[in-house]
Amino acid sequence: MRVIRVIPCLDVDSGRVVKGVRFEGLRDAGDPVELARRYDEEGADEVIFLDITASSQGRATMVDVVSRAAEQVFIPLTVGGGVRTIEDATRLLRAGADKVAINTAAVGDPSLIRRLAEALGSQCVVVAIDARMRIPITLAGDDANSADNLGDLGASWEVFTHGGRLATGIDACKWAVECQDLGAGELLVTSMDRDGTKDGFDVELIRAITSSCTVPVVASGGVGTLQHLVDGAQLGGADAVLAASIFHYRQHTIAEAKQYLASHGVTVRPATA
Amino acid sequence: MIAVLDYGIGNLRSAEKALVHVGADVRLVSEPSAARGAAGMVLPGVGAFGACVRALRSSGLMEVAMGALETDTPFLGICVGLQMLYEASDEEPAEAGMGVLKGKVRSLSPGVKRPQMQWNLLHPTNAVPMASGGASALLAGVADDAWAYFVHSYAPEPTEDVVATCDYGGSVVAAVERGNLWGTQFHPEKSGRTGLAILENFVRRCG
Repeated sequence: MRVIRVIPCLDVDSGRVVKGVRFEGLRDAGDPVELARRYDEEGADEVIFLDITASSQGRATMVDVVSRAAEQVFIPLTVGGGVRTIEDATRLLRAGADKVAINTAAVGDPSLIRRLAEALGSQCVVVAIDARMRIPITLAGDDANSADNLGDLGASWEVFTHGGRLATGIDACKWAVECQDLGAGELLVTSMDRDGTKDGFDVELIRAITSSCTVPVVASGGVGTLQHLVDGAQLGGADAVLAASIFHYRQHTIAEAKQYLASHGVTVRPATA
Repeated sequence: MIAVLDYGIGNLRSAEKALVHVGADVRLVSEPSAARGAAGMVLPGVGAFGACVRALRSSGLMEVAMGALETDTPFLGICVGLQMLYEASDEEPAEAGMGVLKGKVRSLSPGVKRPQMQWNLLHPTNAVPMASGGASALLAGVADDAWAYFVHSYAPEPTEDVVATCDYGGSVVAAVERGNLWGTQFHPEKSGRTGLAILENFVRRCG
């Protein structure tokens, strides 16, 4: 039985949950430990904390937040943002994280993925991939809006690092396969084009990654309605669907999301279980 | 005191924090002498079978675990910690397990995504565990439709000690129980209220 996970993602800045649009313009959305507790009670399958400023400003990762959360939340806890070394990852795991997500540091030195997997086990190594669509030159005119056809017409996506500020020139699908081959246990794929827009996942991107990889893929970026979660699982083929603002601002509870998924043919752990 | 064996592999903090949450007096044990007097023992494990077996042996804690099993001390193996109790694993056939449970650890069915990294529904087998004198003590108070969190690519062969399975490309061993020897392929420390109930059962068994 394949069971799709529903994962609220908490972007954390200076110990507070924040949420932006297309990686910019941040709003305060509460205390991370309180929110994580609430999501656990509502039936979340996992919680992700992303320290969104750590990469650029070099701030220490939020070991304290993780430690407090791990004393109260007994579902898997993934932590990312600013993880550059095995020591950084170990510190987070020691604080109570179950998985660590790496992004910028992995692109800079892909061998970090293998070293982390060897030292800590693949099951706790998540590679976060922030990707933006490259518009094919032949579609630069009016046709650029026909997004439904982009996948068929050879659309591709480019990997970005440093919180979305730095283009790498790397193809997202090729990078995903490389991450898997190096020992990543899971991929967290965020569409920068959709992040914070509430326009739905970039299901073409998610589908492109899930069809080239065998490790679990978490779809991220753009959820504005519960149908978007269904689309991520059914059209994108994602193993887990991530959302932030629809949960943080109480547009929907996790339980509502799960009921909706279940009634639309997606197998989930019931929120009451 | 419940000893959680810390042989240098992976994340033990989650197991420790969950046990503390259900009221246990927990000690992370990395030296054999520190396990002395333990009323119960937890053997966690993540990552590769061979790496775990070698780390457990070189830490000197494999003898500690075997000693606890020989004296019938309540014992809980989690994930690879359960797998190491078997004779061997497909993951690294050349590395022998502890062999206190008969059979081998096999790869999950090739037709499914590996690892299984998800929550799954537990199916109690309603087996009467040997020497328990009744229903499963591990699953006491756990609902028939309880869910647990799994992260694994291998699982033990089924034996008469299995008290719960899950469905993942066929029936997969989820929990075993033989007297005071308990094991879960899933992570009780990450399985919400189901997992906490199981850990509470274990703490109670430790007295």
